[in-house]
Amino acid sequence: MPVDRRPWLLLSPALVFITAMVVIPMAFILVYSFYENIDLAVDVPAFQFGNWQELFTDSYYHTAIWKTLRLSLIVTVLAAVLGYIPAYVIAMTKYRHKWLLLLLLILPFWISFIIRTLSWIHIFGNQGALNGLMNLLGLGDLPFQIMYTEFTVIVGFIHVFLPYMILNIYVSLEGIDENLEPAARTLGATPWQAFREVTLPLSLPGLAAGSLLVFVLTGGSYVTPLILGGPSDFLFGNLVYDAVVTELNWPMGATLSFTLLFLLGSVVILYSRLMGMNQLAKAFG
Amino acid sequence: MTKKYDSVTRYERLREAVGNGDVDRRTFFGLLGSAGITAGLSGGIMTAMAQQARAAGTELHFEGWGGVVSEALRKNAFDPYEAETGNKVIDATFGGENEVLTKVKAAGSTDGHNILHSSGVSWYKRWVDNGYHVILNEDNIPNLANVMPAMIEPFRKITPDGLSAVPYDYGTTGIAYNTEHVSEEKAKELGANLLLDPELKGKIGGWGGDWANRAWYGALQSGQDPNDIQDWDAVWDKAREHRDLVLKYWSSGAELMDLLAKGEIYVTEAWSGRVAALQAQGHPIAYMDPPNGLAWMETMFVMKGSPMEESEALLNFMLDPETAIAVAVGQKYPPSLDPTKVEMPEEVLNLPAFDPTGKLEGLVFRDPAAWNPHEKEQGKQWNRVQKGG
Repeated sequence: MPVDRRPWLLLSPALVFITAMVVIPMAFILVYSFYENIDLAVDVPAFQFGNWQELFTDSYYHTAIWKTLRLSLIVTVLAAVLGYIPAYVIAMTKYRHKWLLLLLLILPFWISFIIRTLSWIHIFGNQGALNGLMNLLGLGDLPFQIMYTEFTVIVGFIHVFLPYMILNIYVSLEGIDENLEPAARTLGATPWQAFREVTLPLSLPGLAAGSLLVFVLTGGSYVTPLILGGPSDFLFGNLVYDAVVTELNWPMGATLSFTLLFLLGSVVILYSRLMGMNQLAKAFG
Repeated sequence: MTKKYDSVTRYERLREAVGNGDVDRRTFFGLLGSAGITAGLSGGIMTAMAQQARAAGTELHFEGWGGVVSEALRKNAFDPYEAETGNKVIDATFGGENEVLTKVKAAGSTDGHNILHSSGVSWYKRWVDNGYHVILNEDNIPNLANVMPAMIEPFRKITPDGLSAVPYDYGTTGIAYNTEHVSEEKAKELGANLLLDPELKGKIGGWGGDWANRAWYGALQSGQDPNDIQDWDAVWDKAREHRDLVLKYWSSGAELMDLLAKGEIYVTEAWSGRVAALQAQGHPIAYMDPPNGLAWMETMFVMKGSPMEESEALLNFMLDPETAIAVAVGQKYPPSLDPTKVEMPEEVLNLPAFDPTGKLEGLVFRDPAAWNPHEKEQGKQWNRVQKGG
């Protein structure tokens, strides 16, 4: 029986693109991690494990990994809780112009990510909107020092990544048969029970896909803590930035980059083991 | 006349205007929203138009420190240069030259990078060591004759066959403090140790972008000669002490000004010209150079692969006394011009760090021979200390 080559032919443009833009560059980065940095911006080709040894033995890097996983988890959980409600409202609303609500959701993407992040300084800063409002209401000993804390970093992340969570949950909710909840109600379930026993479980693929995206995007970030955080607010990505840009040590930067890829890749693999990749496909419609 | 800025630079300027009270908050947010919508709607059209525009005249890409410095250069140097020559200067902001070096190394090309507002002798040497320098035809830059020999010599020693940059300005990194919260007596009494005052915890800032700046102050605070540091552990112990009091390490001059102007921080080490700019805007910020405070000089560095005649013409234009003085008044840093050869107006004579002798003997600069050998190890150490290590 002849082998059907059409699937491979159809896949080939994507495979070539991914090989050229992801696999080969990452292979270069892996090779570079064995090079030796002898002076600032001066690297020599070598096959040595000094950079990897430093990564495994130095608690500085381990602390950064812990901080990254912790903050990514916090942001993911908060985004899931905060994102579910608007996604549910958009999916269930009878409003004729639902597209308008979805447009509002993606509208912030038209403005630069950096500028959106910087905008929080005008809200949480000493002379920002929040302190201004509290001043107007005569509350407390002003100004409150809110900026440059872990709180502002988390807010910055949620602001930027929340639409990813909402859209994923929305797609999942939209695919649920709208007769299921009323059916559960006719069988005696309370509204809360109908939601908990029927809608929530069916929307889990979207929730999980949104959580995966938010977790991975947060874990790979470095700009948000740089702009909104204080000295102790940093992620593993900031160490990559330090190694590559400020220390001009590309071999160490390559080692750290590959480690970050491995860590975040592990999360994706863990997800696929727990949920199955087909659930991810379902979530994306 | 069309001005070319990137969107972040525009935003920083707008924020500064709000900080100065030149623009009210309602207008600011209105402009921000309009800018976002305009950028979204017109991005494609603008890109196509920009491609057409590139066909006319030579484009020179300039990278500098942003904020009032870029504004002074744009208004007093680039706009008149463009009007006179028909060439275009596209200015962008960097957080430091290491960003540019990383970009050109990653790209394997200097395309899009022509002239840098480069910081000091150490960076000049680094650009040269990495092969990104050129040899300027000094005959095309007659105004170089007016530059202080004391500023040219350190660079000529590195490239005796010819300069790749022209010295342009100088200044100091001293201590800025908010006079509504810190008295002059206290500042004078504590000197460099004002940055370690526990009473100001959470209201202290610092420059995060340069390990040597932090180490210089660590040396002063630990009682060492910054150009002859013997005990690096003591230096970093002081940096840790400072870190535990810091609210924010700033990474650009615009961010420094914003933090001071908005009262987020009361004390920080700061660049003299930026503080002078804040004072001119009416903010209650004072400046002091502690004994052995850090002085530095900056150049306009031309990158390999740049259009040479146009670049030299721009440098000569920038060193013209009329232009250089106007820029100095705008950016609040003294020009590299020799005050014994070029008459300086009152505004320049009153700038912080200005040296009327033209010899710069009263200022303490970083000795590259003492600092460069430590950069790899101690720069890495600073990144760790900064993050709690």
